[in-house]
Amino acid sequence: MFHIYCPYCEELREEEEFHPKGQAHIARPTDPDTCSDEAWGDYLFFRDNPRGIHHELWVHAVGCRKFFNITRNTVSYEILETYKIGEEPRFTAEHPAGKPTEQAAAEAEAVARQEGVKA
Amino acid sequence: MSDHTLTCANVYDARPATEVPAESPLAWSYQNTGRPSVSEKSRVVLRERAMLGHLILRGGAIVLDDAVRQVLGLQLPGRPNALSHDESGERSIQWLSPDEWLLIVPGGEEFELEQRLRDALGDARDTAVKNYAIVNVGGGQTLVELEGECVRELLMKSTPYDVHPDAFPVGKGVTTVFAKSNLILRRPTEDRWELVLRRSFADYLYRWLLDAGAEYAIGVEA
Repeated sequence: MFHIYCPYCEELREEEEFHPKGQAHIARPTDPDTCSDEAWGDYLFFRDNPRGIHHELWVHAVGCRKFFNITRNTVSYEILETYKIGEEPRFTAEHPAGKPTEQAAAEAEAVARQEGVKA
Repeated sequence: MSDHTLTCANVYDARPATEVPAESPLAWSYQNTGRPSVSEKSRVVLRERAMLGHLILRGGAIVLDDAVRQVLGLQLPGRPNALSHDESGERSIQWLSPDEWLLIVPGGEEFELEQRLRDALGDARDTAVKNYAIVNVGGGQTLVELEGECVRELLMKSTPYDVHPDAFPVGKGVTTVFAKSNLILRRPTEDRWELVLRRSFADYLYRWLLDAGAEYAIGVEA
């Protein structure tokens, strides 16, 4: 049994209910008419193949049928997080242990501000 | 954006009164496979509730909730995988996805209900949240009830979803994998389970249920 957390159904579901749909966060060129062939080709055909943390698009095909994102480690196959479309990943190549939460970030900022005041 | 706003929908009665009788999706299966009779030994009883009105509502939760309350006096379940019934237990509404609900009403009510919902939602077109859809899917699916002491054993053989009462309380319904196919599994009361089957899978799933239920002497109520 291998379970994946669906952020829309808000529960763990059996893996066979899901399908992978490739790399996530691929931005379409804002103006396709003026972008270069190379940029358009990159957008259409070229995908990352990282060793380590990878953001992927999945669909809960048998279930709510919503697309969502998974951050997955391509070495260990570990799923680090699942998050809704439009949300930002917490685990990235720059922050493999997870970005500090908003609260921690706010605290760090507050500390920095106080130190600034002291200086 | 007003150019893209839906201004009219093709609304028609999917169940017109004609000489040709409508058939349940399981009609052929009853003839071909038969119906094992219910006996004292039956620890699972299968009952089809054919020809109910099934409507799919799509749109924003707040707009649809207003309309459903106004027309049916029912609250739209906002939590994932929630299922609610009216007092009679005849009408139910189930969360299918963040913008999709399944409404099941007694057969024959669905066309009038759809029109009343459209009337109630008509006002919604003037607000910022304009888009909704109501689709009659009654012809595409059927509802099968399972009752008896061994229903949970039968379900455990068929679906990887956890059907233990702790994980699957009354008032829950999920779309999930079932016997390599998929269906909507719901638990309206303590001892009754409902399966919403697609018409094209109905025969396969019926035969699966008879096979899986054979050891519990499954019976089919006419």
